[in-house]
Amino acid sequence: MKFAIIVFPGSNCDHDAYKVIENIDGATPEFVWHKENNLSGYDSIIVPGGFSYGDYLRAGAIAKFSPIMNAIISASKSGKSIIGICNGFQILIEAGLLPGALINNNGVKFKSKQVSLRAENFDTIFTNKIPKDKKMFMPIAHRQGNYIADKETLERVSDNGQIAFTYTSDAGGNPNGSCLDIAGIFNKNKNILGMMPHPERASDILLGSNDGELIFQSMMGNTN
Amino acid sequence: MKAKVYISYKEGILDPQGKTVGGALDSMGIQGIEDLRIGKYVEIDFGNISKQKAEEITDESCRKLLANPNTETYHFELED
Repeated sequence: MKFAIIVFPGSNCDHDAYKVIENIDGATPEFVWHKENNLSGYDSIIVPGGFSYGDYLRAGAIAKFSPIMNAIISASKSGKSIIGICNGFQILIEAGLLPGALINNNGVKFKSKQVSLRAENFDTIFTNKIPKDKKMFMPIAHRQGNYIADKETLERVSDNGQIAFTYTSDAGGNPNGSCLDIAGIFNKNKNILGMMPHPERASDILLGSNDGELIFQSMMGNTN
Repeated sequence: MKAKVYISYKEGILDPQGKTVGGALDSMGIQGIEDLRIGKYVEIDFGNISKQKAEEITDESCRKLLANPNTETYHFELED
């Protein structure tokens, strides 16, 4: 299975993601520069974290106009799995591929710490290998991760099983003020996942947790 | 022709920066401020084009990039 790891000017978690995918049996990672406009040769797409375009204007706001975004939209339509992590989530949400918005953390500060997560829907291409009672630990590192949406959107994503991960009360609880403790969210078809915590930084026990690898392992089953 | 664009958070959207700055003014002894919100200000220079064209371009720029319709509102002024 071939994973495209999109590289924007300012991406900085691309190599972490590459390393994780490289260590999964049957998975091959490849970097794809954001100026490319074709992703048809890949099965799965990772939009990694970082500070694309220096977070100018709003995090993710400029990256959404990169040529690669049209290819990401096409890949999404054909059912390929697309995961946006941290700044990758901010880009996908700015591009309108995921509902809601991400605003400044409620405490203003940049937060870099370990958090605890719970998967809310196990029947998806991103979560099917996560044990039902699993509390997952992985780090966050962001300033604009406070997930908000209007009341109707929150009801809709809730009813439709689009809430992917929530912060649990462990490890300090909700770190940024996100509505409904949302840490990650799916699109309607559940082939796009955006999340603020970093599974690629929690995929080796040497780094304190390998819970994140469960997400990438789950993605291995999707051959759309 | 120039446009002066003001972008602000919608009502109800948390503005921790504004809150912090408001709190700082209060702790300096500057009183009477009930609420303080911080937004963005953008100046666009068009050179020699009509007011109508400048308005169209500014509005499109705001809709497509400068403001996030989920969280922000915008308004602008045009001047020669």
